[in-house]
Amino acid sequence: MLRFIIRRLFLLVPILVGLSILIFLWIRALPGSPAQALLGERATPAAITQIRHQYGLDKPLYVQYLRYVDTTAHGNFGTSIVSRRPVTTELRERFPATVELSVAAMLFAMSLGIPLGFLAAKRYGTIFDHVSLVGSLIGVSTPIFFLALVLKYVFAVRLGWLPSIGRQDVLLDASHPTNFYVLDGLVTGNWSAAWDATKHLILPAIALGSIPLAIIARSTRAAALDVQNEDYVRTARAKGLPPRTVDSRHIFRNAMLPVSTIIGLQTGLLLSGAVLTETVFALPGIGSWLANAIFNRDYPVIQGGILFTALVFVFVNLLVDISYGIINPRIRLS
Amino acid sequence: MSKFVKVSLVLAIAALVTVAAGVAAIRSTAASDTLVFGAAADPVIIDGALVSDGESLRVIDQIFEGLVGLKPGTTVIVPKLATSYAASKNGLAWTFKLRKGVKFQDGTPFNGQAVCANFDRWYSFPGPLQDQAVTYYWNTVFGGFKHPATGNPGPDKSLYKGCKALGQYTARIILSRRSSSFLGALALTNFGIASPTALKKYQADAGTVDSDGVFHPTGTFGTQNPIGTGPYKLKSWKVGDKLEIDANPTYWGAKAKLKRIIFRPIADNAARLQALQTGEIQGYDLVAPQDIATIKNSGKLKALDRPAFNVGYVGINQAIPPMNNLLVRQALAYGLDRKSVVDSFYAGRGQVADQFLPPLVVGFAKKGVPQYTFNPEKSIALLKQAGLTPPVKIEFWYPTSVSRPYMPDPSRNFQAFSASLSKAGFQVVPRSAPWRPDYLGATQSGKAQVFLLGWTGDFGDPANFLNVHFGSKTDQFGFDNPKLFDLLTRADSETNIAKRTALYQQASIQVMKFLPVVPYVHSKPALAFQKNVQGYAPSPVSLESFATVSYSS
Repeated sequence: MLRFIIRRLFLLVPILVGLSILIFLWIRALPGSPAQALLGERATPAAITQIRHQYGLDKPLYVQYLRYVDTTAHGNFGTSIVSRRPVTTELRERFPATVELSVAAMLFAMSLGIPLGFLAAKRYGTIFDHVSLVGSLIGVSTPIFFLALVLKYVFAVRLGWLPSIGRQDVLLDASHPTNFYVLDGLVTGNWSAAWDATKHLILPAIALGSIPLAIIARSTRAAALDVQNEDYVRTARAKGLPPRTVDSRHIFRNAMLPVSTIIGLQTGLLLSGAVLTETVFALPGIGSWLANAIFNRDYPVIQGGILFTALVFVFVNLLVDISYGIINPRIRLS
Repeated sequence: MSKFVKVSLVLAIAALVTVAAGVAAIRSTAASDTLVFGAAADPVIIDGALVSDGESLRVIDQIFEGLVGLKPGTTVIVPKLATSYAASKNGLAWTFKLRKGVKFQDGTPFNGQAVCANFDRWYSFPGPLQDQAVTYYWNTVFGGFKHPATGNPGPDKSLYKGCKALGQYTARIILSRRSSSFLGALALTNFGIASPTALKKYQADAGTVDSDGVFHPTGTFGTQNPIGTGPYKLKSWKVGDKLEIDANPTYWGAKAKLKRIIFRPIADNAARLQALQTGEIQGYDLVAPQDIATIKNSGKLKALDRPAFNVGYVGINQAIPPMNNLLVRQALAYGLDRKSVVDSFYAGRGQVADQFLPPLVVGFAKKGVPQYTFNPEKSIALLKQAGLTPPVKIEFWYPTSVSRPYMPDPSRNFQAFSASLSKAGFQVVPRSAPWRPDYLGATQSGKAQVFLLGWTGDFGDPANFLNVHFGSKTDQFGFDNPKLFDLLTRADSETNIAKRTALYQQASIQVMKFLPVVPYVHSKPALAFQKNVQGYAPSPVSLESFATVSYSS
């Protein structure tokens, strides 16, 4: 197992080098420049030249790349051209919001998706099965931003049950030692702050979790259908085990194997959905931050942000692989 | 069914029910002494000299004050930290009598030395701060630095020459040449006077330049300790979350009506509107034209108009024939159906422009402006008079992937103009390019023959409209008109306000006779508030104080 983990960690090196080159070239291939983005109509040719020179954008590409690798290797992602704050500071402030949102979305997707999928398999061919199939198709095909707007309209604007923006009520006085707002509320014993932060997570989590929910439900159903026709299930039934025991020990546990991989992959993919969710719900996370940076051609933020996100993605995948080995001892991570 | 499945299903349903039942009536409402305002973004830094974006200036305007200000809702200059001002006969020395008994929020007295310390700070900015993207307004208004970095303008280009404190309550600013637009510029939030003690103590200009060349401030003046004389002072700022300002108890003038203002960054337009509808915010700026109807139809919300301070125009490059011929330019002006474009595509927020200056700007000519009402027959006749045979081929440029206050949808403007021109003896060859960098590059370098563009004023002075565009020869418009250049230079250097106004009115008319552009719209942006918010006075240049705002919950 240890060898497997080490090998996977070493694999990170070529992935990150390749990715850094891709990001570097990609953002420089985009039309426009930070100068143009900062000055708009007022970007005179002289001002653009001056800013290009100041940011070293008039140097050969390889020189710019080497400089970027050099600073990044020292754990420094540079300074945002727009906010003039260090990229690492902004990452530290914004990452918890995205993690909190992703965890909430995944909890929502799993807690509904797994039981729904399992039930659909158990009631294969019934109305419940058909309804869950149609429901999951709708879940997969509804754009996040649309769902988000509808949720906000119903639960925030019309009913007034839930907040529509942000991570916490601005009038609430709460301290944030970790920047994970729900956790902060619990740690500091400020229950109303923890509850308020949770309320702020509900709608974004549903919006972001809708697609994984549908996918998890579908794959749980498929896996459970497969497993319940296996010989060992038939044997278990034949030897007179109660149906509940067959369901929980033999069908459910084995059906969870492929589903756990799907859950892992979906967790990584949540980051892309977070761009839209965070923008629509005004959550100060990595997604909305990167979207703004791309709009403003904020090169250091785009480079640092995407590289960091990629690292997280690769790391989550590694965790999935490891957990797969733990859940299914038959698989040897050699 | 497995026990796990049952339990989790029950838990999930229970969670949803709890949410639905338990969170009823949690609608967030601010206390009536606090107002939450939805901003489109966080400020960059709370230091007027170092920003040019609206969100920074909105906050800075509450904390800092300039020597002069603007009468709310207008561009008329009124005294602020200076009680009066006068220019010397040669127009090179401006003497400001300062308000007595004013203190900065840190207790430092406001006086002549404080004024000069600020001017000297701006003039002596170190290299990284001389960048146009950082000190845009100093670059634009004063144009030079004491110790210029390579490639940057030096003292020879600077309008500012020096500042002298004459006793406690008088400051004299010396200019290198006559200019009266500088007074209008001083009303800008960017030239608010900061506490010299705080500037030093919190190292306002300290910072490092990283390997990407980006300046990173290391002092805390602009992030935690911005100290001015304004009616509000900074309480806290958590980037991405909220920025809070509290009423300044020692303010020299009428105290702020609200105890606290909170600015929340909400980038998405639809999210700002929904937050206003839920009551999570009490107001926001930059309302999308399509949302106005929703706001007006709501019993709880209201939309406020900000007076027009921009111009959308059809630019003409006279370096590309036949645009050098005045008759052809007149034909173009008669061939553009400006009224139907404004009526159709500006959601009732545009007014047809008959000159380049918006109506509220000093120098706007009320009479004598030639009118070019849509008249295709006259257009064809003018083309024939110019010796051309209609249809006359022209390349008409418009930008893609952009929406500006003066052209929410450029392609629709283009299509309508193109249709009206084809009736008026022109054959339009469409040319389009992405706004950045291709379109702006093409127009600025003189590649575009006829093009859609516009301008939003930086400050309430006609020079910022007319001199910027028509004060000297440019590739963009490709004309050389010494008479017009001279008129605009004289107008800018005239220090007598009545004479200056008359000169600019004359210039505004001249521009419409010479037709380097055909202005077609001044559009009014909108702000939205809860109905129970009172006292907000929208300003054409977005210099809006929250001190007069009150709110009943």
